[in-house]
Amino acid sequence: MTVKTMAQFAAENKIPEILFWVGCAGSFDDRAQKVTRAFAEILTSAGIEFAVLGDEEACTGDPARRAGNEFLFQMTALQNIETLNMYGVKKMVTACPHCFNTIKNEYPALGGHYDIVHHTQLLQELIDNGRIKMTGGGEFKGRRITYHDSCYLGRANGIYEAPRDVLQSLDTQLVEMKRSKTNGLCCGAGGAQMWKEDEPGDKRINMERVEEALGTGADVIAVNCPFCLTMMSDGVTAKEGGAMVYDLSELIVGGMAK
Amino acid sequence: MVQSIIFILVSVAALGYAFWQFRQVYLNIQLGKEETVEGPVAERWKNMFLVAMGQKKMFKRIIPAVLHLMLYVAFVFTQIELLEIFIDGIFGVHRFFAEPLGGLYTFIISTIEILSVLAFVATLIFLIRRNILFIPRFNKPEMTGWPKLDANLILIFELILLLCIFTMNGTDEVLQRLDPAHYPDTHLAITGWLGPMIFGGLEQGTLEVLERIGWWGHIIMVFVFLNYLPKSKHLHILLAFPNTWYARLKPKGEMINMPEIMNEVKTMMGLGDPDAPEPDMNAELPEFGANDIFEMSRIDLLGAYSCTECGRCTSVCPANITGKKLSPRKIVMDVRDRSEQVGANIRSGNAEFAKDASQPVSADNYDDGKNLWDFITREEIHACTTCNACVEACPVLINPLEMIMKLRRHEILTEAAGPQDWLPLFNSIENQQRAWSVGTSRTAWAEE
Repeated sequence: MTVKTMAQFAAENKIPEILFWVGCAGSFDDRAQKVTRAFAEILTSAGIEFAVLGDEEACTGDPARRAGNEFLFQMTALQNIETLNMYGVKKMVTACPHCFNTIKNEYPALGGHYDIVHHTQLLQELIDNGRIKMTGGGEFKGRRITYHDSCYLGRANGIYEAPRDVLQSLDTQLVEMKRSKTNGLCCGAGGAQMWKEDEPGDKRINMERVEEALGTGADVIAVNCPFCLTMMSDGVTAKEGGAMVYDLSELIVGGMAK
Repeated sequence: MVQSIIFILVSVAALGYAFWQFRQVYLNIQLGKEETVEGPVAERWKNMFLVAMGQKKMFKRIIPAVLHLMLYVAFVFTQIELLEIFIDGIFGVHRFFAEPLGGLYTFIISTIEILSVLAFVATLIFLIRRNILFIPRFNKPEMTGWPKLDANLILIFELILLLCIFTMNGTDEVLQRLDPAHYPDTHLAITGWLGPMIFGGLEQGTLEVLERIGWWGHIIMVFVFLNYLPKSKHLHILLAFPNTWYARLKPKGEMINMPEIMNEVKTMMGLGDPDAPEPDMNAELPEFGANDIFEMSRIDLLGAYSCTECGRCTSVCPANITGKKLSPRKIVMDVRDRSEQVGANIRSGNAEFAKDASQPVSADNYDDGKNLWDFITREEIHACTTCNACVEACPVLINPLEMIMKLRRHEILTEAAGPQDWLPLFNSIENQQRAWSVGTSRTAWAEE
């Protein structure tokens, strides 16, 4: 797959329709890379001219800020804002709700104002306006799917319906967990927990959540966040299977007309 | 006449002492840092109207919501009756509004009686929930000792108060038949039949004494409540209103920016305002984040004082659910306890609490050798996933996450401490601009 960077567009004196903010997980985590590829494939298939920053992209600073390291957050955030402003970026999309939250809500105070959407919002828009067409079949047709709300898309930004609408287009059977939407339970990775061992306790948070998800009888757990993807996949593996964990864009790639 | 004088004296004393106590709470909240209140004011009134007055968030859990609503509505309506009690008490009259209002009086007081019966039942159920049924959120480690007693005392006071009202109204109903000249007809919905059933057949003298016990008991319990509030979780009945008004309107995911650090980093990166004055290198090193109430904001402290210790935050906290030590309610309670401690120490005027012993102790000249870390352990704040479940759950819009984040910021920025596990993360972001020191290019995903 060929992707063009902002630098390449700039060299051609062109401006892409949208900047795809890949994020650290989407760039470096093996599992999350598949999501990145799936989403890039959807964008290409929908005929959207997009760019990535490539190696000019830096961590948004979400984990540093939430760990309490404001200096580091400011350093990496200001660097990103410099880069984005230099290219005159206006419209962005990302498959990571942490990057989404930071860029949308926290960069403006630092001088970075962008129109950013989460990939589930863009997917909904593309399905609604027919830029991507679902085959109505696909490998997930009729299967029981449960959707795990990420904290940073859900409570942090109040986006609950767009991902569910996207799932509806797959002609699957959507089953809700008891703790969903505003009451959704965290996967355990936020607040820079992803990078540290758990504090002493009875159980890991992802196990609590995976048990709830498996309890719905779903054989697919849909997520919208690379950290949730890792935590839920680890949990399912520890439970020795029972369901597959996918990001929404992977489900759409499987069910769209190519 | 004698009763009027006693009533006025008791009222003045009770209201005066209550005022003094509320002032202490106000001053304690003022120990925090001022926070700019942003966003549309209309939104704030709407929050107060829906969440505090309308109890919107309570209805996430229907059983306690309905029970709580019974108490709440009864409490609000009883204030009408309280007005009459004050008029009767000051002027030595009996049921001042009964004759002028006639049927309307019967309607109003009967409504209050019906609500009071509901409140009585709700209070009993609350006592059972607190003491007999095992409801996990009422049985966490922070809910032993005073917090448990506090919750029970409120309910017991409530029962005494209601019993006094029923004694007052019930004996009145019987007295109306014995001495119609002094006791105007009321025909109340509950005590109209319950009064004669319980008190019928008693001597007039006994009834008159009982009526006075009910009347005085009621007003004294009102005064006890008023003076108990500032020391109790029950303070939420007042502070829920300002707290919902002051609650942040920003998206929950947005952390408060630290302009002092932003500007320093901008200067460092050559992005600063070239006309900005040179930083004073001799200035005392600033403290970042909060390890004490002085660096928490007044909105945080107001929140701590508004907490009714219901534990909805803790019951949805993923860390707490999985057995970690973190309990958002405890953090909020600790901030309140520390505010109380500092406030009391400053008022004591004791020089041992002064940072500079030659000057009188004050908020600016304070050091008792303690801070919030004497109340909150590192383990607790390290367990937070910043998921905002506690913020979402709070029925009065307290933000425990804000307090936790300020503690984390203090730990990392001021103390250069914190979990060792985070060092590789920090190093990786600082040196490789990425959250993990793995992989090669950021576009490697496209090359497969």
